[in-house]
Amino acid sequence: MYFANFAEAWHMAGHGPFVWVSYAVTLIVLIILVWWPLQKRRQLFDQQRRLLRINAGPQGQSSPATQED
Amino acid sequence: MWAFFHKLGSPKWFYDISGKFLLWLAPITAILLIVGTVWGLFYAPPDFKQGNSYRIIYIHVPVAVLSLSGYYIMAIAGAIHLIWRMKLADVAMRCAARLGAGLTFLALFTGAVWGKPTWGTYWVWDARITSELVLLFLYMGIIALYEAYDNKVAASRACAVLALVGTVNIPIIYKSVDWWYSLHQPATIKFTEKSTIDPSMFYPLLIMIIGFYCFYAVALMLHMRTEVLSSERKTRWVQALVEKRD
Repeated sequence: MYFANFAEAWHMAGHGPFVWVSYAVTLIVLIILVWWPLQKRRQLFDQQRRLLRINAGPQGQSSPATQED
Repeated sequence: MWAFFHKLGSPKWFYDISGKFLLWLAPITAILLIVGTVWGLFYAPPDFKQGNSYRIIYIHVPVAVLSLSGYYIMAIAGAIHLIWRMKLADVAMRCAARLGAGLTFLALFTGAVWGKPTWGTYWVWDARITSELVLLFLYMGIIALYEAYDNKVAASRACAVLALVGTVNIPIIYKSVDWWYSLHQPATIKFTEKSTIDPSMFYPLLIMIIGFYCFYAVALMLHMRTEVLSSERKTRWVQALVEKRD
């Protein structure tokens, strides 16, 4: 490691705040870019599963038939 | 050839193949980014002029490079959509716009934070920085334009045209440091001549650039998969997927 200890690495001779803010914001944006599609996909699956259950459930048994009429 | 092209346009085929790709590409991306970050932050020597603030380069350069090449990816996808009416190309264009907006924001943000200790200011209306800001507006414009239309077929075409017109900006950004007197330093890595960076700083930077390219591919596939699922949700193959996950 270039730095003697972690306190020095954290401080980075006065440039620490700039470096760490850059890395933190980058990490947040990257996480959002990955998390967003994954959570939308989960929502979509949940919604489709609910629709499927409504169609297949005991009360909903007639609904596919009526759709075919 | 045409059979392959046809397959490429098939949403189900894309969903299956991208799922397999992600399985190995996602871990590789994580490893590259972690190794590059640790190396760049703790093991690379400090710059003799800029001190430790230069360590921002390990994210600034990769995101800036990707904000430009991501624009080409988006514009090419837009062109393919305009010429061959390929649905998947349209999806790729819209997802690339989101990623591009995020990465361009990061390039501007990390640049501003880096500017403070180096130039003494967060922001200057300099050729490179201003043209990069225009790039952010182009990305956001494409996202907004798509949302503004009720007719999504027309929306996609309008976005593709805007994306193609906007490519004018890319060489301007790239060449701005040579064309105008600029506060921004010229390119560190050159393909045609010797780079102005020491190998001890260059290797972690190279790892980060490759890592960010992999990240872009992973994120683009994730976004596209979700869009494909959403637009194909009434089809049998998606319904089968839903049942399988039940």
